[in-house]
Amino acid sequence: MSVPLTLLGLLEREPSHGYDLKRDYDAFFGRGKQLPFGQVYATLGRLARDGKIVPGDAEPGDGPDRRRYAITTTGRDEVDTWLAEAVEPEPHLQTVLFAKVTLALMLGKPAEAYLDTQRAAHIRRMQELTEIKRTGPLVDVLLADHALFHLEADLRWIDLTSARLAELAEAVGTR
Amino acid sequence: MSTPVVLPGCLLEARDIVKSFGQTPALRGASVTVGQGEILAVMGPSGSGKSTLLHCLAGIFQPDRGEVWFDGRRLDTLSEAERTRLRRTAFGFVFQFGQMVPELTAADNVALPLLLNRTSRKLAYKTAGTWLDRLGLGDKGGRRTGELSGGEAQRVAVARALALTPKVVFADEPTGSLDSLTGEKVMDLLTGLARQQDATVVVVTHDARVASYADRVVMVRDGHVSADLGTAAAPRSPAAATATGPASARAVR
Repeated sequence: MSVPLTLLGLLEREPSHGYDLKRDYDAFFGRGKQLPFGQVYATLGRLARDGKIVPGDAEPGDGPDRRRYAITTTGRDEVDTWLAEAVEPEPHLQTVLFAKVTLALMLGKPAEAYLDTQRAAHIRRMQELTEIKRTGPLVDVLLADHALFHLEADLRWIDLTSARLAELAEAVGTR
Repeated sequence: MSTPVVLPGCLLEARDIVKSFGQTPALRGASVTVGQGEILAVMGPSGSGKSTLLHCLAGIFQPDRGEVWFDGRRLDTLSEAERTRLRRTAFGFVFQFGQMVPELTAADNVALPLLLNRTSRKLAYKTAGTWLDRLGLGDKGGRRTGELSGGEAQRVAVARALALTPKVVFADEPTGSLDSLTGEKVMDLLTGLARQQDATVVVVTHDARVASYADRVVMVRDGHVSADLGTAAAPRSPAAATATGPASARAVR
């Protein structure tokens, strides 16, 4: 999650105080982890320095949160570019799972039992996510959906690898 | 000799079931128990024997060996007529392709099993209307099922299965012909309404996302039932959707 770009995106809605940005960030993107105020103001400072936002006039009162920030054309362009870009399609799990399976086979350890354990862990997590979907707000539903599809992809890989273990053992053993 | 079902809360049980079709063994000693009010998902690859297990549990197939117990009595040794009666009164079924009578209306299809059980016509149609309402199809009762979308037809199938207030609902790939969102809606309704009715559900699926609606998941492989894969724990807080779970954190970021 890119904090600067997300704050910039939030500012594209309307000029806002740092406090409002933090509140909305925590609500929509924080997922249980709050953005520290220090990071909000440091980020806003850098965005202003780079000409992506401009601070408004200081309003009466104490504390750092006396300015409303507004996005500039440069800032809007940056948000547009970011939103149009694909995220690097990372192969999430293969590295760890593949390493475990391959090593188990090399060492003559029970790779199938490991895959079964992993499959069970995946299914349990999917049950939890489905329960969250049943009871949670739409934002949580969307995140749970994303996690579910990824876990499902892992499971397919686990099933296929289970079916290929004999073949794989041969390949690993003869090397 | 066989002993009665002893597990507390156990409603349905397969004990060491063997079932072959010609020379091809489908089940080679499959055992599973299903608790009263439990939602059990049976997963497995094609040809693993999972559908055969469901058909044996529902008294549709008779096993070659082994026993099936339902509500404290042997199911597999009942006569064909007794098993048919049990299927009509105590079991509801949802299959991959709804198996509706396409020329009949949605209400007719839901009312039909009730009429077969000698419910009065008036009560059968009233019950059908109530269940179509619960499944969000209150305005579709007069439509022929052949004219409904796949998701609507499958919801009619769920209404038909639950309208009987069955003890067990057997669902075989109930979302197999539906897209993700529609399938999810069907599973949500099926499991939610079954829980309300305290009905037990056995759902056979190859789809892990469908299985994740269940309280417990088992896997059938090579005609055997493996140990439990997942037993749902208490749900975590919504924030846990991205919390640092072992596998999920990666998937969410």
